[in-house]
Amino acid sequence: MTALNSVRLVGGRVSFRLHARSLWVSGLLLVITAGALVAALVLGDYHVPLDDAVRAVFGESTRMAELFVERRRLPRALTAVLVGIAMGVAGAVFQSLTRNPLGSPDIVGFGHGAATGAVVVLLLVGGGTTQTAVGAFVGGLVSAAVVYLLALKGGAHGYRLVLVGIGVSAMLIAFNNYLVTRADLDDARAATVWIVGSLYERRWPEAALMAVALLVLLPAVLALSRTLSVLDIGDEGATALGVRVERSRLALIVTAVGLTAVATACAGPVAFVSLVAPQVSRRLTGSAGPGLLPAGLLGGVLLLVSDIVAQQITSPGELPVGVVTGAVGGAYLGWLLLREWRSGRG
Amino acid sequence: MLSRSVGLLLCLVALMGFAVLSIAVGARSVPLSTVFEALWSSDGSYDALVVAQQRVPRTVLGILVGAALGLAGALMQALTRNPLADPGLLGVNSGAAAAVVSAISFLGLTSPLEYVWFAFGGAAAAALVVYGLGSSGRAGGPVRLALAGTAISAVLVAYTFAVQLVDDKALDQFRFWIVGGLAGRDLDVLVRVGPMLVLGLVVGLLLARPLNVIALGDETGRALGASLGTVRLSAAASITLLCGAATAAAGPFSFIGLTVPHIARSLVGADQRWVLPFSAVLAPCLLLGADVVGRVVLPPSELEAGLVTAFLGAPVFIALVRGRKVAQL
Repeated sequence: MTALNSVRLVGGRVSFRLHARSLWVSGLLLVITAGALVAALVLGDYHVPLDDAVRAVFGESTRMAELFVERRRLPRALTAVLVGIAMGVAGAVFQSLTRNPLGSPDIVGFGHGAATGAVVVLLLVGGGTTQTAVGAFVGGLVSAAVVYLLALKGGAHGYRLVLVGIGVSAMLIAFNNYLVTRADLDDARAATVWIVGSLYERRWPEAALMAVALLVLLPAVLALSRTLSVLDIGDEGATALGVRVERSRLALIVTAVGLTAVATACAGPVAFVSLVAPQVSRRLTGSAGPGLLPAGLLGGVLLLVSDIVAQQITSPGELPVGVVTGAVGGAYLGWLLLREWRSGRG
Repeated sequence: MLSRSVGLLLCLVALMGFAVLSIAVGARSVPLSTVFEALWSSDGSYDALVVAQQRVPRTVLGILVGAALGLAGALMQALTRNPLADPGLLGVNSGAAAAVVSAISFLGLTSPLEYVWFAFGGAAAAALVVYGLGSSGRAGGPVRLALAGTAISAVLVAYTFAVQLVDDKALDQFRFWIVGGLAGRDLDVLVRVGPMLVLGLVVGLLLARPLNVIALGDETGRALGASLGTVRLSAAASITLLCGAATAAAGPFSFIGLTVPHIARSLVGADQRWVLPFSAVLAPCLLLGADVVGRVVLPPSELEAGLVTAFLGAPVFIALVRGRKVAQL
């Protein structure tokens, strides 16, 4: 890779070189996130001038600026970033764990289970936003637990985990579709919006919940990520190197599912983030490892930018962010593949 | 060898049993003797018409669609060497869905019969783009193809959702199409998609031996004289024909293509010469069985075969996966 060669460091040790590039990419992603955050505060149906917006965040400002920026746009934008980080990291863990580029928390039936929980609450119980979030949280965790336990027989081998996940997911999808076809049209639309994933009306409680979840779970995942690289070489090899394979795998699954669970409760299963973020960040950093941090930051950028676009393209009203994430993320991944091919590296 | 031939024969017999059930059982109870007579000569009665014009085409379509999905799934997993690959990975399902939702929303089409060509066109176009993006370049390997499929599908799915959320009418019709089913598919549909399905089945089954060679890895395969590009392209063409036509006829059934090849591998191992035919015979058993159950389980309405397939098939699949040492790709 040509871009990789340009990063030359004294000593020239490969691991060090890749690491440096990851840091560089992470820094860039942080800058983009900051820029997008500012844009998210200013843009909207009601335009707030930049200086008013900044003053609303850090002190006193006009009443309208306070109302729009501090109460609505800032918490929503922060929720977007934090949900994106959680999903990106979780996706990187699952792709590394299953050694499969199509791996995501959906492997253990998480997204579809969460959708089932939410759709049941929306259509059968008739609950509001909070109840729906709780339903999603519980539904996702229960499906993940069921998949893990069903795959556990004689060690939850990665491959069997994937296959059991496929089976359970299929039943959940069918059940979700059944409920949606039998509901009246308004309920069907509400359920569809939820399944796509939306950040509409997300305020400080969601942002705070995400922040707490990341503070607790992110250090745990990062601490476990060393084992993740070892698990990459296969169960036998990892055991030989002294890693307790089954325990490490369970710990990683639990933390990654935890991240996804909170993120899904806040924004719905914006499924594509966890698929695309690790793939794109891997291409940007040129790193072979799990690359959790860049994947997380990329997820944050992707979701925040998508949410800004989602609010802008149809006005009044807005598209759910999941629609834009799929379009933007998919198109970007496609473009990356095309570029690799053109430059003869693919 | 012998036991696998006997197994395949047994599966064929089972498929015939399901076909008989599918013709004989329905919401309207028709005496078996009438069914049998109607198969050979119509006496002009309403019962005979039901059998000849609805149940027989529906059953034949079920067999072809099932076989197509099972075979397409097995081909896809062999092509990408990925157990998570369903035939939809080539963008076929999402392409068909995007075209169908456009047809509903912009052209005001209302019946699955009218969707057929849109679905097939969308499927073929999407598959072409995915294949072009995923297989070009020097190392157009399985991972690239899977990623290209994921990327294109994501864009198309996003578009499909966007249209549904803007247009209530589209959401209302589309939510029934997406489930997948054989209800109301008559002779007309069979005539349109039948030839494509048969062609796809023939091409797909002929690819068993080259796919076995490819399974050894790109380098080894090349060394053994396999033309990787040709095999991949033929497999992709066959998948597009099979899956595009099946989706056009009956809606997207992702579950069958995803799981039946795993079931086939757990029965006969990794040899494609057995996996492909077993997948092509087991899948229609599941589809026809699900269709029959869906017709009788909630009278007088029908439960879509797409739903029943998952509810019946998934537990069997999970039990199989847990019970045996699964043959990996």
